[in-house]
Amino acid sequence: MRIAPNSLFGPVEDVAGQAGHGEHPPRMGFFTDTSICIGCKACEVACKEWNGVPEDGMNLLGMSMDNTGGLGASSWRHVAFIEQPRRLAGSDAGIAGLPVGPSGAQATAAIVESALRRAPRGGGELGTSAFAPDHVPEVPVAEGPERMDFRWLMLSDVCKHCTHAGCLDVCPTGALVRSEFGTVVVQQDICNGCGYCVSACPFGVIDRRPGDGRAHKCTLCYDRLRGGLEPACAKACPTDSIQYGELDVLRDRATARLETLRERGVVEARLYGEDPRDGVGGFGAFFLLLDEPAVYGLPNAPVVASRDLPAMWKAAGVAALGLFAAALSAFMEPREP
Amino acid sequence: MSRTNERQRVPEDGSREVTMVPRARPASYYGRAVLKPPVWQEDIAYYFFLGGLSAGASLLAAGADQSGRTALRRGGRLGALGSLGLGTFFLVKDLGRPERFHHMLRVAKLTSPMSVGTWILSAYGAACATAAAAEVWPAPRTRGRPARVLAVAGRPAGLVAALLAPAVAAYTAVLIADTAVPAWNAARRELPFVFTASAAASAGGLGMIVAPPDEAAPARRLAQYGAIVELAASRRLEARRELALEPYRSGEAGRLLNRASALTAAGVLGSMLAGRRSRLAAVCSGAALLAGGVYERLGIFRAGVASTTDPRYVNGG
Amino acid sequence: MGSNMAEAHPVGFQWVMEAKEKGATVIHVDPRFTRTSALCDLHVPLRAGSDICFLGGVVNYIFEHDLAFRDYVAAYTNASFIVHRDFADTEDLDGLFSGYDEATASYDRSSWQYEHEGDGGTLAEPSAREHAAGHSHGSGGARLEGGSGPIRRDPTLEHPRCVYQLVKRHFARYTPEMVAEVCGTPLEQFLKVCAAWTSASGRERTAAVVYAVGWTQHTTGAQLIRTAAIIQLLLGNMGRPGGGIMAMRGHASIQGSTDIPTLFNLLPGYLPMPSVETGRDLATYLEAVTADRQKGFWRNADAYFVSLLKEYFGERASAENDFGFDWLPRTSGDHGTYRSVMDMVDGKVFGYFLLGQNPAIGSAHGRLQRLGLANLDWLVVRDLTMIESATFFLDAPEVATGEIVPGACRTEVFFFPAAAHTEKAGTFTQTQRMVQWRDQAVEPTGDQRSELWFFYHLGRKIKALVADSAEERDEPLRALWWDYAVVGDEPQADDVLRRINGSDEHTGRLLEGYGELKADGSTSCGCWIYSGVFAGGVNQAARRTPASAEDPYALAWGWAWPANRRILYNRASADPSGRPWSATKACVWWDEERQEWVGRDVPDFEKSKAPSYVAPPNAVGPEALDGDDPFIMQADGKGWLMAPNGLEDGPLPTHYEPHESPVRNALYAQQANPTRRVYPRADNPSNPAPPERHGEVFPFVLTTARLTEHHTAGAMSRTLSYLAELQPALTVEVSPELARLRHLEHLGFAHVITSRAAIEARVVVTDRMVPLVVQDEVVHQVWMPYHFGARGLVTGDAVNDLFGISLDPNVFIQETKAATCDIRPGRRPSGNALAELLARYRARAGITTETGARFDTAVAPGGAAGERRP
Repeated sequence: MRIAPNSLFGPVEDVAGQAGHGEHPPRMGFFTDTSICIGCKACEVACKEWNGVPEDGMNLLGMSMDNTGGLGASSWRHVAFIEQPRRLAGSDAGIAGLPVGPSGAQATAAIVESALRRAPRGGGELGTSAFAPDHVPEVPVAEGPERMDFRWLMLSDVCKHCTHAGCLDVCPTGALVRSEFGTVVVQQDICNGCGYCVSACPFGVIDRRPGDGRAHKCTLCYDRLRGGLEPACAKACPTDSIQYGELDVLRDRATARLETLRERGVVEARLYGEDPRDGVGGFGAFFLLLDEPAVYGLPNAPVVASRDLPAMWKAAGVAALGLFAAALSAFMEPREP
Repeated sequence: MSRTNERQRVPEDGSREVTMVPRARPASYYGRAVLKPPVWQEDIAYYFFLGGLSAGASLLAAGADQSGRTALRRGGRLGALGSLGLGTFFLVKDLGRPERFHHMLRVAKLTSPMSVGTWILSAYGAACATAAAAEVWPAPRTRGRPARVLAVAGRPAGLVAALLAPAVAAYTAVLIADTAVPAWNAARRELPFVFTASAAASAGGLGMIVAPPDEAAPARRLAQYGAIVELAASRRLEARRELALEPYRSGEAGRLLNRASALTAAGVLGSMLAGRRSRLAAVCSGAALLAGGVYERLGIFRAGVASTTDPRYVNGG
Repeated sequence: MGSNMAEAHPVGFQWVMEAKEKGATVIHVDPRFTRTSALCDLHVPLRAGSDICFLGGVVNYIFEHDLAFRDYVAAYTNASFIVHRDFADTEDLDGLFSGYDEATASYDRSSWQYEHEGDGGTLAEPSAREHAAGHSHGSGGARLEGGSGPIRRDPTLEHPRCVYQLVKRHFARYTPEMVAEVCGTPLEQFLKVCAAWTSASGRERTAAVVYAVGWTQHTTGAQLIRTAAIIQLLLGNMGRPGGGIMAMRGHASIQGSTDIPTLFNLLPGYLPMPSVETGRDLATYLEAVTADRQKGFWRNADAYFVSLLKEYFGERASAENDFGFDWLPRTSGDHGTYRSVMDMVDGKVFGYFLLGQNPAIGSAHGRLQRLGLANLDWLVVRDLTMIESATFFLDAPEVATGEIVPGACRTEVFFFPAAAHTEKAGTFTQTQRMVQWRDQAVEPTGDQRSELWFFYHLGRKIKALVADSAEERDEPLRALWWDYAVVGDEPQADDVLRRINGSDEHTGRLLEGYGELKADGSTSCGCWIYSGVFAGGVNQAARRTPASAEDPYALAWGWAWPANRRILYNRASADPSGRPWSATKACVWWDEERQEWVGRDVPDFEKSKAPSYVAPPNAVGPEALDGDDPFIMQADGKGWLMAPNGLEDGPLPTHYEPHESPVRNALYAQQANPTRRVYPRADNPSNPAPPERHGEVFPFVLTTARLTEHHTAGAMSRTLSYLAELQPALTVEVSPELARLRHLEHLGFAHVITSRAAIEARVVVTDRMVPLVVQDEVVHQVWMPYHFGARGLVTGDAVNDLFGISLDPNVFIQETKAATCDIRPGRRPSGNALAELLARYRARAGITTETGARFDTAVAPGGAAGERRP
């Protein structure tokens, strides 16, 4: 087997080529700019409509306007809504001077969190199957300083189509493949639902669908790409918060956009996943965020587990040898009388 | 680790209400997990235990074969196949599409510990089954070519199984360490030792049960080596104060692992003090070691799951 | 303002985002912080129902700081016109204008008229109270006898009775401090809006206003929009690129359904429906529609109307029979939707068609709607799914109370499955008046049929039934021309569009535009403003050439009425001499060489009328328009800062409190709109509002709106899993402060109570809701979406059940954007227990049929409750 440079970790110039595609189109991806997302969820609906993704539960979650909760086997786009009692640079929520008390954001989040903790999968149901927050604890009355400001962040989350995709690395059946567009796709006729990819994804994207038994996630609309169309979510996005295109072009555009926002004083703006030197070699679908990734339910510093695979095999080899040696020594002792 | 201070406070109207003062909670999305919890059920923990047990048993059986310990050999070979068979059953049962189990054999992928493991397991399974078959149908009592082949193949097959066995015991540690599951991934250096040592301890326990005390000395020694390393590795895991390792010390996983340590320690003590003299004590000690092995894997499994449902383990806080 | 554009019109909001990227300041004035606010530069909270005060404050700010675009105002508005000396303002009458009659709750508008040179010239204008007067004046504004005559003016705008000074005086008390007190908007926030808005004025800059039903669904809705119009005229933002007032429509083609209307009082093209008074004969009707001496194209209504009759009756329409005028029905009063519902309850209406409408959920006072539906002989429902208005006899809340008994309900319901818009060809007309053709994408399945199919065949069958009738009453049906092109059994929408475009009756040639229409019966036209949509025999609405550098207005994308103009009254984009106000804001201009109007848009002006043109003294109609009269449909060619005619509730917008309000009107003794329409009936109770007592029983302000995820009454979204799962439950949004006050728990249940209904919902506690200080009191607001009902994948109580029926007097739109309510934790009771709860509330609030029915609060009865202010 040919071992390409950086096959497990680090920047990769040509992911499709590394995966064995000869002549292939440029790497395609998404740039999701949350600074212009209006939270309309058209991406969620368009995705489900085009890909025939089933409903994932009619449950009021109490997460602001978000009733999807997260990505999962049956939600390949997820719009997160974050209410914060703080100012968005360059805008004014108009709260100053009103007879307000402390913010309710922490208290409501605590109620949601307590319901999540009681769920059978600890909230892993979100985006995959029905989840009813059945428990409303005693209302924690918020205290604290008067809320002085407010901002409402929205983000359309999606599979990151990592350069080093944990799901793809660990898939034992070859169901997960790197497409000629550099995207990561599950072949549904191959997947046997081993569930390894679910635990290998550092973003909690891919999941197994109950009743179906197979793993599902965003395909970046592989069929549409083959037909020369942009993915359904990008097509439906009214404000171009979701931009589809050649990854290199998108990275340049994102850098320019970041500069524009910084010039306007939006100092909290940051790119997430555009850097090929990050823990997964850069995302195929990256983001412009207005707060730290954790606020959006994303890992602050994702790392593909395969980075340490050689070391793990090494440790396992030592341990295995140890076991063999132990067994050997167990028999090498003189026979007891 | 609640970051809220609860205190009683009497409002102006005299009624009492609990007020929570939200402090700067760790940044998260409504406390939702960043990761998806594993879709695997406890079946997988049982498989890890049974696979390790089978591996250790094959090692014992091969040693017993070489050193003429018939009962240990017989018990080892049959135990190895039996636990492997049961383990494989759990493994397949846990698939979303069990009827597609054979898709595992479509490819061989070095980046997938599960793929590597599948191939190891296949080879090991064949050797293990051959050795066990030779045990069930010994040559003198049968005629016919298959039986004669078995009679000849039994010993080499047992040796092959023993050679592959350490890999069978160790690969599952890599399998779970090579994930985004914080508790598993953070323990990637220790887990192979925990798994192989636990396999040794369990197999030793099995040997103490299936073989009479005078044949079971290697089993006792293997159990002792295994238990000591297992306990040492577990302590080391607990000693590391990394946040991602917290689930090994707390909650249900912590309780399971404490129980595992206690049972393993009891088993190994029993084997040292009374294993030589009393068959009953040997059987009890062996059973304790086996149970310890089960709890060890269950605890590790639970710790992993717990570490995925709280975003703190991914993003700190 | 009054619009949650990002949520209710997300696709259109992309252009707002694009403008913001280009440097525009986007301001959202709204009671709640919404997804729109999240993307705006500035969110400004205000109390629901206080918008006129807010906008009046902006008007005052413009006058106070002398920020009007003076050249524009002087030339293009009626600022300089002198108003009759008998006119008395709200300043003089503490919230009323001259001419008010409390017995009829209406105005005599004669004192609001202009003064004319010589004769004084005002004419008594009879009240059109029973005829939804605003609409009865058509697309160009009100009939105004004398609009073409010599109106007295003061070009210096100094005359105390000139419109400019009257408007200035009228709004003088709308100070920033008053705005803060009435609207609850912090002073600094309000001043920020004033500064931003007025800075987008003058030659180089413009500002646009976007509104939706947050403005219209008030008892002062029409005046609310008028206030914005005054600001935009003062700032010179009408008829110019980047200016205007945009109504965000509630559905695809709501604009189309007023152009070619589904309203009782209008015929196509905003021609008023003949009434028993105006309908004696054609001449009387035309006399009533147009004044003899007025300017503008509305003067040619005879040609538009006769051509319409020719389209209706074809060869049967001739000069001898008044072109079939007698075959048209006459209105005899208010036949609006809410009047009809009460008549249904009272047993005066026997049959009802519901077409894509779900009044059991979507209309105010759901209980009354359902009781009305339950008291019909027959009901025809055409919809995509089995909606609550078709199944009310099975699952209405009134079934639980025993008011509707499923087995005994007398209404026979016929449900017809309808084809969706993708399953039929036709047009949508959007808010810019742009008509866009759409092709059929798929065949409808099963029994689903298009509306066109349904009405064509219904008409065909009825005509067949009366074909041999000798009854005179059947004559209109027999005379009706009904010969549309049919393929298979489907009538062809493009053929209907051709008939709407109109043709020459002799040659059959399709007309090029409404200028070709004749009053002699030689042309036919289904809707005069749409004439030209099939110009040259080409379906202009089906064109799809996007905008380009050469064609920034995308004139070859679809077709906008009238005459494919994209910016109405765009003559105002050039200065009086015909030159663009500025290079960046150039739209149309006068080309001296070619001696015609040219530009980027289709000029909304007679092509060869020079800017310097002065009409001869006795000219009427289009000929009377001067070269600097850009508002060519107005009777005087000017933009109206003050409306001498056309509005029921005053020539100038005035802040009145909503019909149900927690506070006394801080501006005037007159509490609410004195001409609002209320229906004091036992089944339509009102919550008390000051100066009535016991308003504290319903202490909170209630307002409703839409969510992006659902559509109106929910029939098209609650039934689809992909949408339903995104907003799966009825919620009520409250601030953390109100949650604390009322012990409401996030995700727990609460019930909201008015004198009409109590409904339950899941509580969402959010910082997006804020309390306000109004007149030194803290006012809490409660918000709910109105999409839920008893059927579908997700269900919930109908929010519109909370509202009563109180209407704007001009357009009969219900006040569902501001009311009062109470909110309590826990679920509501049902059945009789629910009825008892409501009875207790009504008793506590002392509600009788008199509650809310007193109009004039400026004069206190016996001088007790409300004292007239000096």
